[in-house]
Amino acid sequence: MSGYKTIFQTISAAAEALVKDDGYYGNYGGSFIPEILVPAFAEIKEHFAAIKQDEAFWQEYCSLLADYSGRPTPLTYADRLTDYFGRAKIYIKREDLNHTGAHKLNNALGQVLLAKKMGKTRVIAETGAGQHGVATATAAAKLGLTATIYMGREDMERQYSNVFWMKRLGAEVIAVDYGSRTLKDAINEALRDWVSSFETTHYVLGTASGAHPFPAIVSYFQAVIGIEAKEQILRAEGRLPSRVYACVGGGSNALGVFQAFYPHEDVGLVGVEAGGQGRESGRHAARIAYGEGKAGVAQGFKTLFLQNNDGQMKDTYSLAAGLDYVGVSPILADLSERGRVRFTAATDTEVVEALEMIMKTEGLIPALESTHAFAGAFNDITESSGSDIFIINMSGRGDKDIFNVAEGLQDDEWKAFIRRKARQFENTAR
Amino acid sequence: MMNGKHLSGEKPGSSKIRLAEQITGGPSGKPIQIMTHQILGYPDFDTNYEMIRLFQESGARFVELQLPFSEPIADGPVFLHANQASLASGTTTKQCLEFAERVVTDFPGLSFLFMTYYNVVIQYGIEDFVKACAAIGIQGLIVPDAYPEESQEFMEACRQNGVEPILIVTPYTSSERLAYLSAATGGFLYCAARKGVTGTKTSFGRETEAFITRVRSIARTPVAVGFGIQSDQDVRFLEGKCDIAIIGTQLLTVLEQEGLSGVKRFLKTIIPA
Repeated sequence: MSGYKTIFQTISAAAEALVKDDGYYGNYGGSFIPEILVPAFAEIKEHFAAIKQDEAFWQEYCSLLADYSGRPTPLTYADRLTDYFGRAKIYIKREDLNHTGAHKLNNALGQVLLAKKMGKTRVIAETGAGQHGVATATAAAKLGLTATIYMGREDMERQYSNVFWMKRLGAEVIAVDYGSRTLKDAINEALRDWVSSFETTHYVLGTASGAHPFPAIVSYFQAVIGIEAKEQILRAEGRLPSRVYACVGGGSNALGVFQAFYPHEDVGLVGVEAGGQGRESGRHAARIAYGEGKAGVAQGFKTLFLQNNDGQMKDTYSLAAGLDYVGVSPILADLSERGRVRFTAATDTEVVEALEMIMKTEGLIPALESTHAFAGAFNDITESSGSDIFIINMSGRGDKDIFNVAEGLQDDEWKAFIRRKARQFENTAR
Repeated sequence: MMNGKHLSGEKPGSSKIRLAEQITGGPSGKPIQIMTHQILGYPDFDTNYEMIRLFQESGARFVELQLPFSEPIADGPVFLHANQASLASGTTTKQCLEFAERVVTDFPGLSFLFMTYYNVVIQYGIEDFVKACAAIGIQGLIVPDAYPEESQEFMEACRQNGVEPILIVTPYTSSERLAYLSAATGGFLYCAARKGVTGTKTSFGRETEAFITRVRSIARTPVAVGFGIQSDQDVRFLEGKCDIAIIGTQLLTVLEQEGLSGVKRFLKTIIPA
């Protein structure tokens, strides 16, 4: 990573290969916003266009990434996993080592900086698994803005440790108690806040979805993942990978790692969605892989949504709170339609199995979300050969999932510990 | 999908007269007209029907029938809950259209408009939906997330089928955009009196008045004001300033707290005999 100016140009080159100024990606994207948000979007478009040309902005952003967030994150050769399968060489992009433990901070830092440039004093965000909420709370604390985070009640129960940290980082956390009480409902509630508060407040959307220009903004601020990975694999292997795997909820980490590889058509790009309890169960969030997503307009943009015939959104399900979004990035929906990104799904069971193996063979604890990318790669690996290279984007670390994983693995010692702890709290409360 | 007799036959009631011509309130000193609102299927279609009967009896002129959507981003907590409860009880687009056909026939003193979100229209089929509205005698469509620049197919279908697309403006809409929206809207311009979602009280005062004056100076269409109208004082404030006052959330709140008889009393204060 040589010099900020070069990085900016690289980011710009990677992102501009994909993002569109008119906000349309084939049949998807656009900006279907209520009239009240027109000035807010006009302001964001104007400032985003301005920072694209603003070297000082990118200097500040890149120096935060380097000196605060700890980038570049490594690309780790997974020699023991590679040996285990005896096929493609497996490399892991380590976004878990980014500050706050996931790729989310790349975008949060960029957007909170953008908010400051726009003169906003407050940011709001939605969060699913809580990683984007923690990242936004962190960036707001670091850059001196206040933060309010919206999170579905169901997700809060699944990811309470992240709720704890968001509050400790000074953010207000508001539980969303209606609908499926997950990510889409948190987005709706953040939008409701924003229609009243846009004069002082920027909405830090966490994923490459939503109305234009959010998919473009998030793509820009996540492009660094693929830029680093490409440089690192060329250094390690002297050639590009055969395939790049990423999990797909809204699509931010996938687009982050895919963008730099997108122009290289012989690099296969694979998005892994949440198969939940499997296609037949109806309890999943695989909009593309299971072919059930239908084009529609909701939450300000057009994409493939899991919906019924009347256009009402379906309840989605995944063990991973960060993947159960009802729609998907319009950029990814288009890339899938153009055959540039292949979509597959991993079920909860496959994910828990993959996680156990990764922990024991590589000493890594990926987030349940990121483990989907691993499980997708493991499902494909028998069709690869020793001359192939797979890069798996480990978008975040799994420490946050301790409750879910312990439950998924039916860990009796952990359950006993929780009971002891609960008794202890009860006793001190008396 | 529709029962065939209205598809080709005579449209019932006032729907033969174009929407704009039915708007007789306004600054000319004539009494302000009232547009009421119902979320279809909430609490149930029977109550919707009884509410609409009260609307006609009380002298309201227009009724906004909202087809529920699972992600109603422009609605506040009261309507949000009503949208989701209606869907949870199984409300479908087809049921809403059938219900609308019934009330258009049964209440000729009222003119009906639909409010919904764009995806409901898209999944029914944009052209099919607008045609179904025309066949029933629905006169206007309020679809807050059918952003007009992005929704040409919808706007065109409305024009071709004689159903008015009602566009929304806010105090934050620039004058240039106001000119564009007032040229594109059909029937009347819907002024959201403030920022935010439906259901929060608006303090009607000098700012609202300045906003309406600005709209009036640009718009060539009649002007309706909504968002946060909760009392007869609010309506009196708007009298002589705009053509139509839109009352939504407050009707539902009164229904939930005081039942149909409460709604009857409330309507009497809003619309004096």
